[in-house]
Amino acid sequence: MNTAVAKPSMQLLEGATAIAESAILAGCRFFAGYPISPFTPLLEHMSRALPENGGVCINAESEIEGANMALGAGATGAMAATGSCGQGLALMQETIAEAALNETPMVVFNLARNQQDYFQATRGGGWGDYRTIALAPKDIPEAVEHTQLLFHLSRRYRAPTLLYGDPLLAQTRVGVHLRRIEFDELPPQDWALDGTGGGTGESRQIWTWAMGKATNPGLGPDGHWQQVAAKFDRIAELEQRSEQRYAEDADTLVVSFGSAAKFIEHVVEELRAEGHRIGWFRPISLWPFPGPALAGATAGIKRVLVFELNAGQMLEDVRQYARDRDAIRFIGGVSIHESGLSYGPLLDAPEIRARILAAIAEDSTRSTS
Amino acid sequence: MTQELRIVPTDRPPADGKARKVADFRPSLMLGEHGLCPGCGEPVALRILLETLQDLGIVNNSIGVVGHGCYGSFVRIMDVDVLQCLHGRAPSCATGIKRMRPQTAVFTMQGDGDMVNEGLQEVLHTAARGENVTAILLNNGVFGDTGGQQTATTVLGQRTKTSIEGRDPGLHGHPIPVADLVASLDGVGYVARGAVGTAGSIARTKRMIRAAFESQLAGEGFSLVEILTMCPTGWFVGAPQGPDYLAESMEQVFPLGDLRARPKPSGAGA
Repeated sequence: MNTAVAKPSMQLLEGATAIAESAILAGCRFFAGYPISPFTPLLEHMSRALPENGGVCINAESEIEGANMALGAGATGAMAATGSCGQGLALMQETIAEAALNETPMVVFNLARNQQDYFQATRGGGWGDYRTIALAPKDIPEAVEHTQLLFHLSRRYRAPTLLYGDPLLAQTRVGVHLRRIEFDELPPQDWALDGTGGGTGESRQIWTWAMGKATNPGLGPDGHWQQVAAKFDRIAELEQRSEQRYAEDADTLVVSFGSAAKFIEHVVEELRAEGHRIGWFRPISLWPFPGPALAGATAGIKRVLVFELNAGQMLEDVRQYARDRDAIRFIGGVSIHESGLSYGPLLDAPEIRARILAAIAEDSTRSTS
Repeated sequence: MTQELRIVPTDRPPADGKARKVADFRPSLMLGEHGLCPGCGEPVALRILLETLQDLGIVNNSIGVVGHGCYGSFVRIMDVDVLQCLHGRAPSCATGIKRMRPQTAVFTMQGDGDMVNEGLQEVLHTAARGENVTAILLNNGVFGDTGGQQTATTVLGQRTKTSIEGRDPGLHGHPIPVADLVASLDGVGYVARGAVGTAGSIARTKRMIRAAFESQLAGEGFSLVEILTMCPTGWFVGAPQGPDYLAESMEQVFPLGDLRARPKPSGAGA
């Protein structure tokens, strides 16, 4: 299938396929990955579709190799990506940090098994003062948009960027409208390695330590890493993304991200229809975390319920920014399918509804006793 | 016809300005002095590598991928586009570069700690994939940058800071002849092992590097030149003893020569 030419009509696509096609529309020309569920279909589709569109896809022999191949491709100025699920991304942490510190653009797709990789996505496990722009789409159409946005941001900031998805994004089929999104023009990629710098005295160098050449010294690690840290400070200001509904007249605000937020939207609509003063807040960028927006949304809120399918990871960020820390209740938890490959029973509207109502009831009991 | 050799007094600059320090005879791609230890073999290897790029006329169509070790500092003096990559990962980074820039000559430079310890699987996979890149292994059998610890190529009996009584196979296992492993793989165009201990071995090694790049330019697949280099500091011998130690220890375990010759052009057979 060659769908990378713009097709205006709606297509029924599996999420992983839609993400792959969107990446190709964005200009992705290099992909390397190692099979692992539920990421595998993204790799499989790339292996078919990228060569048809003038690109290269390598079934890498390990996640470490795949990530470093993407780094190498990115260093030439090509749009490059790699991916896995959280287990594989664990192996890629050193490379993601390296790309952040040597300023190589690349996109990393975490089609994860659940939401237990929030810390991995937002803190990372590499060394050094680096951050990773991490977007968590709530559904496949948004993942298609985020894919192209992440390639753009990666090049705009010369930094690795991350899409944090899950089995629902990877393996569900929905109608998708695939089109190329146009972004602002990017600065020239005069840093990219093309081999022509040799012998000029001004050959290029991509190096985390940025010491430069003997004839043209660089900033060195101290100056370079300060500059990189300042860049991430700017990104933290400029690239916060979030969405919220009913916060202005709610007593209860539910904070959730990714697929879980889609469930929360549904349950909140149900509860509002029944007269509950409830709303929701969704960080779209997990890093930078939309802290000021959350602070605004939680002003005047009696209880802030945090729902995520892990032991309470985003909870730490909510605690940093919610107006009243004492109003925070955690209603999520670890919930894994017996296969280990997807969510358990907690990601279910009736279960979520019950937890929200229980939290509200508990507060009422507490305030009346 | 013989030319009279004019003796230039050394207590003042030559009047004609022609006499120079030996260091000034470096290839123009070397932007400065290397700063490594006296007697180190790695700068010699760098020099013949850079000279080869010039000889082949690919100076401004080459990208180097350099790993971590003493030679890592060479990225400051190589006038070539360079990616300095993570320890062990140069073959993978080179893969990404070459696939996106197939018309560019792509080479890696790794030490034995980088290639054979940290990144053994990367070099084997890259070779078996037949990636059309040239790998240069600077093998001195020791972690030089960190002060002389055992690597996967340390020869039996060699004293290192982590095998102070000498490498004992019962305790420390055996050295890995990585070039021989690579030479055994399909997907490989050319593999050789050279050294920089003597003028003769330097000249032969330079021809090996040239053959490796010619193999890459002909699209024959992965090429590797392992270069045995002196590390008197890491070997705990005097700088002048480096070449002899190299010949008596490493060259006995890692014999020099072509390990996999370039494929003969079709129709060129006898």
